[in-house]
Amino acid sequence: MSWLSKVRNSLSSLAKRDTPDNLWMKCPSCGEMLFAKDFEANLSVCPHCQHHGRIATQARFDLLLDAGYVVLPTPKVPENPLGFRDTKKYPDRLKAARAANPFPDALTNACGTVDGRKAVLGVQDFRFMGGSMGMAVGEAFVAGVERAIAENCAYVICTAAGGARMQEGILSLMQMPKTTVATRSLAAAGLPYIVILTDPTTGGVTASYAMLGDVQIAEPGALIGFAGQRVIQDTIREKLPDGFQRAEYLHAHGMVDMVVHRKDLKTTLATLLEYLERKDVA
Amino acid sequence: MISFLDFEKPVAELEMRIAELRATADGSDLDIEAEIRKLEKKSAALLASTYGKLSPWQKTQVARHPQRPHFVDYIRLSFTDFVPLGGDRLYGEDAAIIGGLAKLDGRKVMVIGHEKGHDTASRIKHNFGMAKPEGYRKAIRLMEMASKFGLPVVTLVDTAGAFPGVEAEERGQAEAIARSTEACLALAVPMVAAIVGEGGSGGAVAIASANKVLMLEHAVYSVISPEGASSILWRTPDKAADAATAMKVTAQDLLDLNVIDGIVPEPTGGAHRDPARTARALADALGRELAALETLDPAGLLSQREDRFLAIGSL
Ligand SMILES: [Zn+2]
Repeated sequence: MSWLSKVRNSLSSLAKRDTPDNLWMKCPSCGEMLFAKDFEANLSVCPHCQHHGRIATQARFDLLLDAGYVVLPTPKVPENPLGFRDTKKYPDRLKAARAANPFPDALTNACGTVDGRKAVLGVQDFRFMGGSMGMAVGEAFVAGVERAIAENCAYVICTAAGGARMQEGILSLMQMPKTTVATRSLAAAGLPYIVILTDPTTGGVTASYAMLGDVQIAEPGALIGFAGQRVIQDTIREKLPDGFQRAEYLHAHGMVDMVVHRKDLKTTLATLLEYLERKDVA
Repeated sequence: MISFLDFEKPVAELEMRIAELRATADGSDLDIEAEIRKLEKKSAALLASTYGKLSPWQKTQVARHPQRPHFVDYIRLSFTDFVPLGGDRLYGEDAAIIGGLAKLDGRKVMVIGHEKGHDTASRIKHNFGMAKPEGYRKAIRLMEMASKFGLPVVTLVDTAGAFPGVEAEERGQAEAIARSTEACLALAVPMVAAIVGEGGSGGAVAIASANKVLMLEHAVYSVISPEGASSILWRTPDKAADAATAMKVTAQDLLDLNVIDGIVPEPTGGAHRDPARTARALADALGRELAALETLDPAGLLSQREDRFLAIGSL
């Protein structure tokens, strides 16, 4: 192995694109060494322990939509309305995120079909500033729902976010009611809203559109919750239960309808769309 | 006896000096009386100038002041004939959110709000104003009841945030907050929210997604506590003051950002120095907003509320 591939190997993230053939990676769950290429070919799911790695927006579209889908433009929103800076300026963080990602913010919609059934699919990408919900995410969510209403089809969202985008302060918090206005308009139109919770979905995203689906699907092992585990631990000062805030735990507590393996997501979604499609709509 | 905040130290020292003089004077020494009056004037001026230029972090301290009036104080001072209604009919009764029927200057309303408690026992009882799913589900039940009977909804928001705990997560804290926000947006009656102390994140927005949102002059409203933002974004607990400034948490900032619709003035030195006057000002402001909203029909109320939130972040 050359020194370069050693370095790249040590830096490898689970879903690095353009992975060289000879790259090995270690499953973060079971520790097995995997060919990165095999892992990607297996939908970024570990063949040994079924750990579901995080996947990028494009991979989600490819996974769930039939070929020929159209990626919708990301709506423009006011940038840095608070003039926010922490250790870095917010525009610099945005710039870095845009340089490292194919889409201009954390939520991107595509319009297409799922086994022939029309749907608008929104995908939140954890790699873009932790998937965080700012105005761009809220506005994209609303745009996705509006498109679904215009197309007379379901809106499906794959959630992934650490929570609200703190750099937008209160304006990020206001995306909670804003996106809820959108889910209500979808319901008023009699159209299905399906949520696919992926790892991780926490904070203000969970406490708004991520929990309002007609059907709630979660990927195996996905971390899903409102409060962060460290915050909870600091509050209660006890060990957290095994599997706490994982998809299976939420299912056991009645918070999601089903936990579905990534390889079965598309057929599950297609079945749901078939059932929930209304006869009275063309 | 008012407990002083750190930044009020110069005022506290003057007040101590005044108290000492009072203790020695019997009213006959005119020089001492004059000195007391002079110091009182100086103290009042200092308090007014201090409160005229509070930093966002200082406002956060005022908003969290242990003697700041809370829900139960406003129920006593701003409302009459309160009939508390308890329980979510699903799991339990959560005293972190109180609600019930009340009259606001004769107008029948449903009033719902966080209660933090005022001493150790009541703080524990009310879980420091940090509600669990059953608190939000009770709020949903009461909002739906209000909508059914045509009663306007008034909410008083005062929470550091929804409770972060294992049972809260198990019972669906996120879902309860999401549904409570949804219930606000579904109301066919006028809804006015007032942030009276801390508006802490999703736990606040769940009962603040109203037609009109007011804030008391020194209340704060934010997506995360300044301490939380400091530790996450600055990776140190010491930058809370900077975080409070950067996040724009004050009523004045949020009015500029069109996130709130009005500011309810507080007495000089903050609400805790004159709860009765604060409560009067709050009642007046709530009444004005409700009266204006009563001119809208249910469809108009729904669309005004929706447009209000859809506009935030649109170009
Ligand atoms: Zn594995």
